Amino acid sequence: MSTKEITDRHKILEELLEVYPERTKKFKKKHFQVVEEENIESGKCSVKSNIKSRPGVMTIRGCAYAGSKGVVWGPIKDMIHISHGPVGCGQYSWGTRRNYANGTLGVNNFTAMQVTSDFQERDIVFGGDKKLEALCKEVKEMFPLAKGISIQSECPVGLIGDDIEAVGKRMTKELGIPVVPVRCEGFRGVSQSLGHHIANDTIRDHVMGTRELEEAGPYDVAIIGDYNIGGDAWASRILLEEIGLRVIAQWSGDGSINELGITHKSKLNLIHCYRSMNYMAKTMEKEYGIPWMEYNFFGPSKTIESLRAIAAHFDETIQANAERVIAAYKAEMDEVIEKYRPRLEGKKVMLIIGGLRARHTIGAYEDLGMEIVATGYEFAHKDDYEKTIVELKEGTVLYDDPGAFDVEFLSDKLDIDLMGAGVKEKYVYHKLGIPFRQMHSWDYSGPYHGFDGFKVFAQDMDIAINSPIWSLMDSPF
Amino acid sequence: MTKKLDIKDHNTLFQAEKYQKQAEGKRVFEAACSVQEVEDTVELLKTEEYKEKNFNREAAVINPAKACQPLGAVLAALGFEGTLPFVHGSQGCVAYFRSHFARHFKEPVPAVSSSMTEDGAVFGGMRNLIEGLENSTALYKPKMIAVSTTCMAEVIGDDLSAFIENARIEGAIDQEFPVPFANTPSFVGSHITGYDSMMRSILAYLSEKNGDLSYKIPSEKVNIITGFDTYTGNFSELKRILELMDVDYTFLGDHSDNLDSPANGEYNYYYGGTKLDDVAQAHNANGTLLLQKYSTKKVTKYINKKWKQDTIAVSSPLGIKNTDQLLKNIKELTGKDIPQVLKDERGRVVDALADSHPYLHGKRVAMTGDPDLLLGLISFCLEVGIEPVHIVCTNGDKNFAEEAEALLKTSPYGMEGKVHIGKDLWHMRSLLLTEPVDFAIGGTHMKYCAKDAEIPLVRVGFPIFDRHHMHRYPIIGYQGTLNLLTLIVNTILQQLDDEAPAHSFDAVR
Repeated sequence: MSTKEITDRHKILEELLEVYPERTKKFKKKHFQVVEEENIESGKCSVKSNIKSRPGVMTIRGCAYAGSKGVVWGPIKDMIHISHGPVGCGQYSWGTRRNYANGTLGVNNFTAMQVTSDFQERDIVFGGDKKLEALCKEVKEMFPLAKGISIQSECPVGLIGDDIEAVGKRMTKELGIPVVPVRCEGFRGVSQSLGHHIANDTIRDHVMGTRELEEAGPYDVAIIGDYNIGGDAWASRILLEEIGLRVIAQWSGDGSINELGITHKSKLNLIHCYRSMNYMAKTMEKEYGIPWMEYNFFGPSKTIESLRAIAAHFDETIQANAERVIAAYKAEMDEVIEKYRPRLEGKKVMLIIGGLRARHTIGAYEDLGMEIVATGYEFAHKDDYEKTIVELKEGTVLYDDPGAFDVEFLSDKLDIDLMGAGVKEKYVYHKLGIPFRQMHSWDYSGPYHGFDGFKVFAQDMDIAINSPIWSLMDSPF
Repeated sequence: MTKKLDIKDHNTLFQAEKYQKQAEGKRVFEAACSVQEVEDTVELLKTEEYKEKNFNREAAVINPAKACQPLGAVLAALGFEGTLPFVHGSQGCVAYFRSHFARHFKEPVPAVSSSMTEDGAVFGGMRNLIEGLENSTALYKPKMIAVSTTCMAEVIGDDLSAFIENARIEGAIDQEFPVPFANTPSFVGSHITGYDSMMRSILAYLSEKNGDLSYKIPSEKVNIITGFDTYTGNFSELKRILELMDVDYTFLGDHSDNLDSPANGEYNYYYGGTKLDDVAQAHNANGTLLLQKYSTKKVTKYINKKWKQDTIAVSSPLGIKNTDQLLKNIKELTGKDIPQVLKDERGRVVDALADSHPYLHGKRVAMTGDPDLLLGLISFCLEVGIEPVHIVCTNGDKNFAEEAEALLKTSPYGMEGKVHIGKDLWHMRSLLLTEPVDFAIGGTHMKYCAKDAEIPLVRVGFPIFDRHHMHRYPIIGYQGTLNLLTLIVNTILQQLDDEAPAHSFDAVR
């Protein structure tokens, strides 16, 4: 990229910040960066992150409850997750994330359900502990096959001084299943991120190491941080099994409490969403000496790279298997790229996603010849940005917690061909006539992970960009 | 086009043998329940005993059909020109409101939060509110900001009035900049309560702001308030009826343009909505017609008391009889006659009902939704011979239950109908499995129990996430009645085809 082009991008950022009141401008300035050659080489990133959003900016972020109930705990399918507090939080997060699970809903799978204590004024005044206790008992009776309960606290619980830990302890004893209190009130922290951390800590304190694996094997691994959106974890697991590994646990998409409890027997923890589950990977390393590694199953290039890196942790048999599997899928992958790359080559992509995909999907886009012109996260931390910047090209705009205004301003100035963000952003782009894909829920499609997932990814990007409907935007009148 | 590839997505991919095997292999690590245990529990959940236990629940709410107050407040705010909904409290709530509405309307929904965190819980949210007002006016340039509250702000007892006043003193917003506010605790009532509170507050704020309510310039106008109505099509239908009747009207709260804006290469944060000046004049009107009762209780009281105006509040005008009543009400308020074109329209829709009635007669239905919608639906069902059996209204009160029961009693087709207020869709599931019905009417969340009961679901209400554009078509008025009829009868006809033995797979129905 020429010096002039880079200067122009700096100017765009300056122009963007002009609209802000002085004190907010000073704050926001630190959350944007134009990537330069030296950043890519050094991995040094000036973008500040994991700081409070400014009030009134229309942040895309959610809250700690969303990070715990929505992300980490919610997908554990054989437990009841109580949204403890008023009705809303559980209602808005009911069945919308697409963390698929096998099982019979309401019988031995409780993922797409909304169980709440539906706080009323009296619960605020007199406290909700008694109700919570009664609720746990009722839930056990209503759902005899439930193997555990998690209590997902909403804002009021932490403000009125309830002791959900005591309730958890009593009910664990009385009901004979783990009842895990989670202090993920929405006002804690600055985004979903603290909710992930709090949820990780409760897994550590209440479930980790509590179960036994009947027979441990040399090739036992665990998938950590794959939420099985549209079946992602299944499309990943298949590859790990095909190269000869035994996946003993999935965290937490299509996961179960037993899998959480036996993961300490894993030989290697494979972490996909680093942001939301690095805490437990590190904990298990410390407590049980289990090594962990990050991998990336988006797009064939990264998937192949990851399969080799995973296999390198094991013996020659596994390494040979990995090569065999990579070779077996090659023709299929070539065919997909041969079809879609010419249709997508050179298209400019802008992303604003949660804490992982803003970097992990880059390779998949690049496999299709597409270019990332701007990317960033809702709730990433410094280490995520350092991992991101080395994946970027010079001149890319990098941002943290941009508000609706920022995203719309930049997408206009950067003349993009595809926007990848969430449902709150999506429909703006339909007005603008800019192709869009939801990159949290896969726009009700998926899987996107692994070789099988890449086919769907490529097809979806083509559908978005090359649809004939965009040509209807310009009215002849 | 290039070569067709065999690309399988989640709908078919995981049916492949390799994935089926994978799922089977995974079970050992799950310490999964045996097939027998699962089957036994499936059966247990179908029993009368289970239903009894289910109805004895006192603490657990499972799959409720209601949302919380500030969601309704956001919808109310979106009904006014250039208005930015501002929710004071934790930020996650606003992310949820925006995504919830976006999933239903397939539209962008602007709303901001004051992003309170732990320090806000300790020191109060004044700084957040002030900075939020300053930032949001700079970025989104609204004409008005409508402030509601999350439960966090309510529990710590933030004083909105004082905070907003301080924002003016500090110069974060101009002295004259309109900021109506409403307390909308999510631990009281439901989304319809929040709609009511915010609407009342906006009307009071704008009408009292500049003047003396006792000074009235007599006007022939009629105010229209729709309530928590998520059908943008209802707005255009209502306007069409009013224009056909030559009525001079003002909608107080019209979110239909904000939630149904064109794709033309541009995006604005605000589309349409009631002009703020029009609200200031609204107390002069001849009267106010409210098309939902249970979501406008405070609004109605305010208009009666402060504007000293006649109000007519009806439940959602679904079906022929309710539409007849709606037209009579408009006539009563305005003195305008009902034009021939509407009379003809009525006849055409009755004709359509006559065409379809054999397929509807005696069909048993279960339904869920907000109170006003349910009253409209019950009325429609009774007039075509559909028998409402299970009526679950999570956010219904005793008045609603009495009214719904009285309505059921007016018809032989309502004799089996039972109204369950404060119950949820897990109760509904037990009802469907112990006393089966032919089909269900409700929003998307009802799809789970309808599937378990193996009956089709006709999607009416809110939220509807899994069908497209339903909200763009009216369900009120004669045209809305035709739409409702078409939806229901074609669902039933599809079911007949799906289940027909070969000889009865008829070409003509």
